[in-house]
Amino acid sequence: MFLQNEGCREMKHYKSITMTELEKNIQALRARKAVVEKGGGEAAIEKQEAMGKLTARKRILSLLDPDSFHEYDMFVKHDGHDFGMEKKDFPGDGVVTGTGTIFGAPVCIYAQDFTVAGGSLGLQHARKITKIMDHALKMKCPIIGINDSGGARIQEGVQALAGYGEIFYRNTIASGVIPQISLILGPCAGGAVYSPALTDFVFVVENISKMFITGPNVIKTVLGEDISMEDLGGARVHAEITGNAHFYATSEQECFDQIKRLVSFIPWNNTKKAKSIEPKKPAAKQNIGNIIPADPKQPYDVRDIIQCLVDDSDFLEVQELWAANIVIGFGRMGGETIGFVANQPMVLAGVLDCDSSDKAARFIRFCDSFNIPIITLEDMPGYLPGVDQEHAGVIRHGAKVLYAYSEATVPKITVILRKAYGGGYIAMNSRHLGADFTFAWPTAEIAVMGPEGAANIIFRKEIMEADDQDVMRQQKVKEYIEKFANPYVAASKGFIDSVIEPKETRSLLLHALELSVLKEEYRPAKKHGLPPF
Amino acid sequence: MGFPHFNELKKLSMENQIVDFVVTARKYKTLLTNKYKNRPLWHKHELGEVNSTLPGTVIRIMVKEGKDVKEGELLLILEAMKMMNRIAAPVSGTIKEILVKEGDKIRKAHLMIKIDPK
Repeated sequence: MFLQNEGCREMKHYKSITMTELEKNIQALRARKAVVEKGGGEAAIEKQEAMGKLTARKRILSLLDPDSFHEYDMFVKHDGHDFGMEKKDFPGDGVVTGTGTIFGAPVCIYAQDFTVAGGSLGLQHARKITKIMDHALKMKCPIIGINDSGGARIQEGVQALAGYGEIFYRNTIASGVIPQISLILGPCAGGAVYSPALTDFVFVVENISKMFITGPNVIKTVLGEDISMEDLGGARVHAEITGNAHFYATSEQECFDQIKRLVSFIPWNNTKKAKSIEPKKPAAKQNIGNIIPADPKQPYDVRDIIQCLVDDSDFLEVQELWAANIVIGFGRMGGETIGFVANQPMVLAGVLDCDSSDKAARFIRFCDSFNIPIITLEDMPGYLPGVDQEHAGVIRHGAKVLYAYSEATVPKITVILRKAYGGGYIAMNSRHLGADFTFAWPTAEIAVMGPEGAANIIFRKEIMEADDQDVMRQQKVKEYIEKFANPYVAASKGFIDSVIEPKETRSLLLHALELSVLKEEYRPAKKHGLPPF
Repeated sequence: MGFPHFNELKKLSMENQIVDFVVTARKYKTLLTNKYKNRPLWHKHELGEVNSTLPGTVIRIMVKEGKDVKEGELLLILEAMKMMNRIAAPVSGTIKEILVKEGDKIRKAHLMIKIDPK
């Protein structure tokens, strides 16, 4: 009895206090949050902005839908106990993590905060990142990482290395399960570069992104060579020379717009299809039948053909600047996302080489992992000849294309526009590698090699023995072209399903896609294959 | 600098950047990439040429021009990747030319010493 009364009285007393206490607590929470939200403080923020860079939180807010960001782990403390680090406080430990949406699609996100200890990575910084990655993998939504960091926090020693390793491990485990997107919005050097390299899409911005394993200082010390960060590992270098980057922008805002567009094209995870939208007719005014020049040696831009095929002529090209002899990217047909792989006769005559093989193969594997049908547009004369290519391993690299196409079980459709010679014919999603539909335009030339090369071999004796070798060669080339440089030999063997008119292409592709909605194809059970990496 | 953006492509094709490009005996008209234009050209490696396999600093040279060396004999020490690398003669012969000095910082594949093989 006594106890009960005492309890009631206590309760009453407690309740009256709670209102004001709660309010006080809320004020205290807000004050704590405000400290963390200031990051490295005003001076550091000013410095960041002077470099044309947004702060970590502003970047996240510009990328996500308004009011959708929910921040995690604001109050995490760093784990450094040596070199006076124990006396220092790093708000949020230099990284902002959380969840939000892009066009309503849920995403997990982290952004390194360069204003806090140079965005350096210590154990707790890494733990925040791996926690949000684990979350993304469990919730099966895309993970977006914004890199802007001076590298490992040296004072934390091997703990920092552990942090990187744990991130790489998760990048690998999540590969092919959830889309992984990396932004390089500042320095990303040394071991740190390998997280973006393991992800599916890397975005870089002119004058802001810097990526390299060993920086200009080391190169200067070892070699005595002076090279700027921009020339060594700037945005343009990775977009054009190395192929490490998939999208290149001239400002952070342009970069965010590119990401939003990409997210609209891809599914949330590997069990879903990309969101379909209202189907639209192509907006391009060009006549698809007038794009290819009559002379098979003349170039054209294969993207003009893609514009005539995709809904609203809306095509998102991936790795536009690197290995431009092959075009890859996303478009929609009938409102559904499609991955396009197309030889580009405008650049290096559209040959396959080491870089273009890598580029196509990785893209095909992305599409296959994420249930995106692949349409291949073929016009290629063969592989790039040269000692540099052979010694760079064009055999090993070229094999990746064969592997990727053969392995893929998503709907696979090929349209042979013009040249399909030799190994290139086989590699570009031929029937023999498991294409579901193969179409050819009447302009297609499907043969074991180009007419000149073939005539030189087949009619070697006649040409050698002729009085006028050039005239004889011309005549034999003409003979070969008439007999073999067409789609009908392949069609007569059933390697081509049908020879179609250019203007029928879109409707036949739509038909083929409709027909393959329920496509099922299985591969023997295995731990994993061994693609020629 | 760099390879043209999408919308610049056609403009460039008007500006005579299109060249002849031979693939299996057929000449195609096309643009070239910077990477292709800057590709390293191959040349034959002569027996007796000692090239660096790592970038680094020449610390000590043990031989002089005109000296006879045996295969496996120490020629010089190259500090590279935090290691003192011992560079040995690939063949027996006479030192024809020494193309580096002690203290030189050299790249990978730099020709250091020429030996006249016996």
